[in-house]
Amino acid sequence: MNYIPNTEADRREMLTSLGLKNVEELFKDIPSDIRRLSSPKIPSAADEMELMKELRALSAKNLPCGSVLSFTGGGAYSHFIPSAVKHAVSRSEFLTAYTPYQAEMSQGLLQAVYEYQTMICNLTGMAASNASHYDGATAMAEAAVVSCNHTGRDSVVISGAVHPNYRQVLATYSLGGKFSIEESPVLSGKTDVGRLKDLISEKTACVIVQMPNFFGNIEEVFEIGEAARSKGALFVVSVDPISLGLLAKPSEYGADIVTAEGQCLGSELNFGGPYLGVFAAKKELVRLVPGRIAGMTSDHDGNRGFVLTLQAREQHIRREKAASNICSNQAHVALTAAAYLSYVGEKGLEAMARACRAAALYAHSKFTGLKGFSVPFGTGFFKEFAVRLPFSNERAVKALQNNSISAGPGLEAFYPELKDHMLFCFTEKTSKADIDRLVSVLSNV
Amino acid sequence: MFDPKDLKFTKEHEWISPDGTVGISDHAQKELGDVVFVELPKLSADLKKGQEMGVLESVKSVSSIYAPADGKVVKINEKLSQTPELVNQEPYGQGWIAKLELSDRKQSGELMSHADYIAFAGK
Repeated sequence: MNYIPNTEADRREMLTSLGLKNVEELFKDIPSDIRRLSSPKIPSAADEMELMKELRALSAKNLPCGSVLSFTGGGAYSHFIPSAVKHAVSRSEFLTAYTPYQAEMSQGLLQAVYEYQTMICNLTGMAASNASHYDGATAMAEAAVVSCNHTGRDSVVISGAVHPNYRQVLATYSLGGKFSIEESPVLSGKTDVGRLKDLISEKTACVIVQMPNFFGNIEEVFEIGEAARSKGALFVVSVDPISLGLLAKPSEYGADIVTAEGQCLGSELNFGGPYLGVFAAKKELVRLVPGRIAGMTSDHDGNRGFVLTLQAREQHIRREKAASNICSNQAHVALTAAAYLSYVGEKGLEAMARACRAAALYAHSKFTGLKGFSVPFGTGFFKEFAVRLPFSNERAVKALQNNSISAGPGLEAFYPELKDHMLFCFTEKTSKADIDRLVSVLSNV
Repeated sequence: MFDPKDLKFTKEHEWISPDGTVGISDHAQKELGDVVFVELPKLSADLKKGQEMGVLESVKSVSSIYAPADGKVVKINEKLSQTPELVNQEPYGQGWIAKLELSDRKQSGELMSHADYIAFAGK
């Protein structure tokens, strides 16, 4: 069956009106060496039973998180998800709605978004949260755009200790020509604050750091925030929401915009997505915040109701001058985060953060005494830290996989100077016995 | 409060007085509806004629305010941060947006008179 409805005559007519001889001419701007000139090889059709068999065999090659002992971190985290959370958010009313086009008809969803925003504000100390973005990286890049719009400046200073993939997304955003990026070096697993300060000037729209940073370490956020303020730049911090159970609220160290990857709040690793971009800002920035915002109001009878608010920022009204052309959000993942946070509660979050830190500290003590291994960046971490192995990352991954253990990522790919360094992450799910097993496997490589 | 007859008007519905005060026309405020937020220009910003100098947000739309002539922003109407509705209530008075120190007086002379503007806006 042919799925392309154009006839040969249609094609000729279109080509003639474009002044082209053949379809090939439409693609002449694409270098031939990156074009695929033949169709990909697609096997012939299989029946359902055959197909299921083949797909099962394929999926058996996965090492799902539930069947391995995981010490993998680096931006996506496997925390415990209470079954009540999954149950609550699996209601079909929540699963069917993408973006309600007559938003106010979906009071339940708007209320859920409103609750989510409220919790994010409580967690970060910010005044306003949006209804979410795609992921932590896009949320951070959007914060850079907001900073440029607010300050009228066009230079973004970012620490080299921010997640490498996040910096890549920021670099992609900068291709639009709105801002240029200056990156400070890393010193012993942390932002080189002195060098970072040298980069901050009257042209700096914002200073971006991650807290804890990519190496799992706590940054000198009070000092960095002060340095940003002294030059009139905004201070943007990308946080690990779980760490806020233990660490200072970003508002306490003067953050103007707080972004985060919210996957850790009740969502599985999901093969890398959908994730949750958390975005919250101070009140004076609210009209520049991208994306949707749910607000609470009352109707003419005085009943409480929920609406999409401050929509004049958004592209369906402001067109090309909108704060951002991001209009989608991760409503269901945000809902999951809200369900998770209400289930865990303030005390639960603190207990969890403490358990993460305690597990990481225990692991640190085990690695410290281990012959051939070293832990180069001290104990100023939250739940993950780098270990220098006496062998390559590939060897470590292979040995761990043979024992159904996952860890990493290796740091060499991102920071060539950190040869044989690997990240290890510990959460409330990690027991002492788990750590002992990890250390035992590694010490026998 | 200015007498609109003393003002010059742009096609984008701003007015400018002989002393460089800028606001939006009565016609424009009616078209916008209830103004809920005014983004004011930055003090001492150097503006070129036609450059965006602020934003008016109403319950149903948003529009930019464009500089009617080249000049430097010497005063802004801070009252509008708290009471944006002044733009609706008194567009030629307390609803003024900012005051410019004009670098070329001739420029505002090229704009429409009130009578011409009424004819233009009525179309």
